Amino acid sequence: MDWTLYIYKTIFLVIIFLVTLVIAMYSTYGERKVAAFMQDRRGPNRAGLFGLLQPLADGVKMFMKEEIIPTTANKKLFILGPSIAMTTAMLTGVVIPWGGTLTIGGNEFSMQVADLNIGILYVFAMVSIGVYGIMIGGWASNNKYALLGSIRAASQMISYEIAMGMSIIALILTTGSLSLHDIVQQQHGMNWNIFYQPLGFLIFLICAFAETNRAPFDLPECETELIGGYHTEYSSMKLGFYLFAEYINMFVSSAVIATLYFGGYNMPFIDQLGLSPNLVTLLGSLFFFMKILFLIFLFMWIRWTLPRFRYDQLMNLGWKKLMPLAIFNIMATGAYYYFTVLT
Amino acid sequence: MQALTNRSKMVSNKKMTFMERIYLPAIFKGMAITLKHFFRKKVTINYPEQTREFSKVYRGKHVLKRDEEGRERCTACGLCAVACPAEAITMIAAERKPGEENLYREEKYAEVYEINMLRCIFCGDCEEACPKEAIFLTDRIVESEYERLPFIYGKNLLVEPLDPNLRIDISARQTESVLKFKQNKRFAHNK
Repeated sequence: MDWTLYIYKTIFLVIIFLVTLVIAMYSTYGERKVAAFMQDRRGPNRAGLFGLLQPLADGVKMFMKEEIIPTTANKKLFILGPSIAMTTAMLTGVVIPWGGTLTIGGNEFSMQVADLNIGILYVFAMVSIGVYGIMIGGWASNNKYALLGSIRAASQMISYEIAMGMSIIALILTTGSLSLHDIVQQQHGMNWNIFYQPLGFLIFLICAFAETNRAPFDLPECETELIGGYHTEYSSMKLGFYLFAEYINMFVSSAVIATLYFGGYNMPFIDQLGLSPNLVTLLGSLFFFMKILFLIFLFMWIRWTLPRFRYDQLMNLGWKKLMPLAIFNIMATGAYYYFTVLT
Repeated sequence: MQALTNRSKMVSNKKMTFMERIYLPAIFKGMAITLKHFFRKKVTINYPEQTREFSKVYRGKHVLKRDEEGRERCTACGLCAVACPAEAITMIAAERKPGEENLYREEKYAEVYEINMLRCIFCGDCEEACPKEAIFLTDRIVESEYERLPFIYGKNLLVEPLDPNLRIDISARQTESVLKFKQNKRFAHNK
């Protein structure tokens, strides 16, 4: 590892950081626009052209708001909550392969910050720590609604992580690697995993909705029952961080879904075009972001279509439907490989 | 019982079929509906740039009319104030001095004429009561204010401008009954 690599990694890390923030920022705008369009409205269109400056205005508003920390709250944990939510949301992007390799002046630069050999496990670890942000924030608020919201968040996350992990096990059976880089490489061309693991994809997608606390699984912040859920007592930019972390999570889980099931940065028919390798890499990254944006749209589309689950329905779905399905998926995949590929 | 619409569906407690139980077809159906709405024409009117077309007989902000020579028609008889169910109109009458014939049409005129727009219910009884065809409701909007006081409109806001080009068109409010009333010989004050 020479120093150019360190510099390159640092710069690339900052770029990924900024891209994540900008996309999350504009997801809030996109969310409002999508919501409006699906309800025959226009959405924000006053701040700047087509309302494109709306996220900036929202950000300024969030920073200017009065900051209230309840006197009965545990102050340290109250501040720690949104920090954890934001940090863990930002950390996941590190292992995602955003593109192939760029060759500049004889040096090869990988468009991935860290190619961990346990990339998927790392993603899972970060997502699991993310729930601590919600739990700590909800508990530290010293408010029954916040506490109920965080309890819900915790139990929901635990329930859906099981089905999610099991859907991943089936995927790993087919890929034979936990490294996200290898998984993407194996999906070259149109060999996308979604064609080999359709059931696993469906389970993973549903669990991803639950993990990011998005409708129809947004019970932790269910307004009708819990006022604001875990962030009832939060104000100013702390609230902003919670809301923002949700959008970052949405972006990152879209990226993970695109990586695992939609071939990551692979484009169909890319070999036949005969382009230079650097151009292929850049096009691949562009295509990857298009996939991510479509998945983010899917997240919003579902949010504005489906009503929220009831809590018992949520548990029913997680434990009694998705988990057996995931186990069945593992068995079917294993049996297939045992009888066809291995023999 | 007779159904109100033909869209009602019979509800039953039958067990859901497998396809219904896995929900996915219903979810896709719902998503198709929202996607259809995504591309539908928006119903919103961009207010300051576009305005909704008012009904022809819309009753908005009042105007105190002048006659063809630019004299105020109001004679401060107080019938509008009497007719007003919300008691929004007050006025102070004054006598026309010699030399003011070009300003006021009648010998008596309203020195102060105030309508409290917060009280007004825009019923139009004042214009019906007016024997001089001086007050009319127009299709203009009473603008919003931050305080209560500016909502008491005086003559500066109510009387129409002298400039013949800036006169306020009230032909939409001159309904059949108004025109009939105009032709009545007994009230030949409009000659």
